[in-house]
Amino acid sequence: MMETFRALAEPNRFQIVELLRGGPRPVGHLVRRLRLRQPQVSKHLRVLSDAGLVDVRVDAQRRIYALRPAPLQELEEWLEKYRGLWEANFQRLDSLLEEMKADERKSAQPKPKQKKSPRTKR
Amino acid sequence: MMNTGNFKVATPTDREIAMTRVFNAPRHLVFGALSKPELVKQWLLGPPGWTMPVCEIDLRVGGAYRFQWRGPDGTEMGTRGVFREIASPERFVATERFDDPWYTGESLITYVLVERSGKTTLTLTVLYESREARDGVLKSGMEKGVAMSYDRLEQLLASVAAAGA
Repeated sequence: MMETFRALAEPNRFQIVELLRGGPRPVGHLVRRLRLRQPQVSKHLRVLSDAGLVDVRVDAQRRIYALRPAPLQELEEWLEKYRGLWEANFQRLDSLLEEMKADERKSAQPKPKQKKSPRTKR
Repeated sequence: MMNTGNFKVATPTDREIAMTRVFNAPRHLVFGALSKPELVKQWLLGPPGWTMPVCEIDLRVGGAYRFQWRGPDGTEMGTRGVFREIASPERFVATERFDDPWYTGESLITYVLVERSGKTTLTLTVLYESREARDGVLKSGMEKGVAMSYDRLEQLLASVAAAGA
């Protein structure tokens, strides 16, 4: 997965991946869209290919690049975990805050008592 | 199904990740829930089955905190840091350093709480050391990974999944 990150972290490579979303494309198309020189594009494609993000096939004289979904799916799972972890935390925090609001309302009714939390000692 | 709509992740600069979330509670309560150990250990848990056996917070400038989690299989994970700034209930800043060797650098976390009509918007910004971009390959990957906004990535993944299926 590190390789996927490293490969996608470069803006031109990310753009290549986005361009390939529409389907397989020949190198020439990518060169035109990225406005880079062909050797630069080829270098980026090599990194993407080493990371398993793209596949190439040769059709007559043209090299056609296509996305490979596996590493991106792995990345998605990882991001979901990252987001899910925080979202789960925040939802627990939501419930805790509801309890705290209820407690505050209760203690506010008779006479606002100064509610101190217990001191924490290490 | 979940209250996910208001949870946003953004990258204000290339060294930062900012998470924003709105809570239906006044600011002083949110500040308490973020800074009192007996409250923090109730929610800052992560995946199902994880607990937080160690949660120590010395909430003063220069004071330290120590968090340690334990997973269902006994795996432990910990983080520690020092408070740099405290302006209750609107802001506090703390350093963070994970125990795991894969995450060796120190980051700086700023919590900003803004209250509007009884609701509190929490913005949690993590600033990574510049050195980390060089040293921590994984961490830099993490930043960049999150930097691609989720929406964009999800679109991308959806279309790739459809195309590759």
